[in-house]
Amino acid sequence: MIKTVTQASLAVNENLTIKKNVIKNGSSSKRICVVTGIHGDELEGQYFAYLLGSYIKKNIDCLDGTVEIYPALNPLGVDSITRGIPLFDLDMNRIFPGSKDGTMMETVCSAIIDDITGADICLDVHSSNIYLKELPQIRISVPTAKTLVPFAKMLNVDFIWVHESATVLESTLAHSLNMRGTKTLVVEMGVGMRITKEYCIQLFKGALNLMKNLGMWSGETKPVREPIISVNGAVGFVNSRAAGIFVPTANFGDHVHEGDHIGDVLNPLTSEVEAEITAVCDGMIFTLREYPIVYGGSLLARILSDTPEEAVTKGGDQQW
Amino acid sequence: MVKEIIYSLKSPYRESLDVTAFNFGEGKKSVAVVGAFRGNEVQQMYVCSQLIQELKRLEAKGEISPDCKITVIPCVNYYSMNIGKRFWTMDNTDINRMFPGYNLGETTQRIADGVFTSLQGYEYGIQLASFYQTGKFLPHVKLMETGFTDKELLKLFGMEFGIVRTPRPYDTTTLNYNWQIWGTKAFSIYANETDIIDDRSAKIAVQAILRFMSKLKIISKKVHAAYNTEIISESSIKQIRSETGGIFVSCTEVGNTVSEGETIGKIIDPLDGETKSEIKAEFSGIVYFEYNKPLINENTVCFKIIKD
Repeated sequence: MIKTVTQASLAVNENLTIKKNVIKNGSSSKRICVVTGIHGDELEGQYFAYLLGSYIKKNIDCLDGTVEIYPALNPLGVDSITRGIPLFDLDMNRIFPGSKDGTMMETVCSAIIDDITGADICLDVHSSNIYLKELPQIRISVPTAKTLVPFAKMLNVDFIWVHESATVLESTLAHSLNMRGTKTLVVEMGVGMRITKEYCIQLFKGALNLMKNLGMWSGETKPVREPIISVNGAVGFVNSRAAGIFVPTANFGDHVHEGDHIGDVLNPLTSEVEAEITAVCDGMIFTLREYPIVYGGSLLARILSDTPEEAVTKGGDQQW
Repeated sequence: MVKEIIYSLKSPYRESLDVTAFNFGEGKKSVAVVGAFRGNEVQQMYVCSQLIQELKRLEAKGEISPDCKITVIPCVNYYSMNIGKRFWTMDNTDINRMFPGYNLGETTQRIADGVFTSLQGYEYGIQLASFYQTGKFLPHVKLMETGFTDKELLKLFGMEFGIVRTPRPYDTTTLNYNWQIWGTKAFSIYANETDIIDDRSAKIAVQAILRFMSKLKIISKKVHAAYNTEIISESSIKQIRSETGGIFVSCTEVGNTVSEGETIGKIIDPLDGETKSEIKAEFSGIVYFEYNKPLINENTVCFKIIKD
């Protein structure tokens, strides 16, 4: 059943409407929420939402509980290929939990949080941004790791990144829900403005496995992969030293050694190599730059270090 | 005056981004003033340019006090200004959400680090700030309350209002917040407009900064007194939000005194012109903020009033 979560009047003959699909069967009070589309340029969650909803509807007898799918928390952004909220140029994932007495988007965020609160699990599906491609992963802040890692392991992702918490991230949907006691897992996979079918299918299988473990799915599930769990600091960041076009020589998912050549920053005007890019540690490339134009500082890759105790902390990024 | 490039960033396709500071006087780092971080902050850059004109005149007359250094950085992100973008050209990130910066991080973290490094050690910091909300403000000075800066210092600017803001999580990566954490007493001045120039408000802002420096004897020129600044908490300013979307018509203006129940605006249907909503002042006071675009969505702040 399609329901309206919240609505606000736009200037000319239209409402901003946040919708969800409520799929319910059986007598269990178990409820999971799948939310996506906070960032309008992240589309992997759209196909995942379709896959999950359509499969459950076809096999509704296997469901004992409620699955709620919110495909577009920022519908105006998804519709206009805008990462933030059109008109305001604000990142929607920096204004949670919102406010009932606030501005239009603050009241929308507040209504969304109220609607999800109380679910057994919430999955917040992101797809990096238009610059970087990510292996399917779940990101968890250190304070919530003990509670969330057991559930994250059920989701068939390649790895779980437990990272330091930052004050600025306290304004995210996931943080706000976790603070209210609603367990929320942030999934990052793929790349902005695209759909990577195999990742969506991978997460779909994981979501069914999670539901089975919660006792709300009796249908067939497949064994899930054992994720690598990375504690904070076990990630090496490769940032560009030069401006130009980045052309990788390594592939996504490759295992590399420190010092290995993984790409070049090239100058199309002078035909010179501006910088040879090398791996900063031994490990697996789980993030690789998709968008080729780079400045000094642009993130080119993240490497999951083989040796967490010798983790590389140089470099960094701000794209969450 | 000494011009100095405080940070330079190479671009793949454009001339280097050279962030330029204008330094006056020598010795102890007394005051740093920073203008535009965003591509639409034209008024903020303009205020700095006019301040530089005043400081040049003061320096020529020997009116900058000995052992006092004043630096002004009018525009950090002119790359975005030149192409009509608000945030960073490549990835749309906001430099004023990257402080204290990180010299090994992403591009805007590096720019923030370069700027922040050059701004270290100043006793006072003043940022010409803009709001994300669209509208006109009464010129004012604001302090983000971190416990490191004395609120009474707001009075030295002699503006009508000094507003004290309790920081929210997203404020913790701004220049103003980090300046204070690193030991600089920091203030933000709002000079009414952002993407257009309002010369009258710019002059008010320039005079306020000069008055502040005069009271602290950083400059010897006497600046005439203006207001006996009223210090208020931002949370005490009352917001009036639109009940619906439509075309917004204001019936008052910033700085006006309004009475409880007075009609101060209306929203009309954009298709048939019918009045959809009358906006009334819920209390008496001074209009501190006024929305100034023709189209308005529901629950948008259309006025802010400082209650009598």
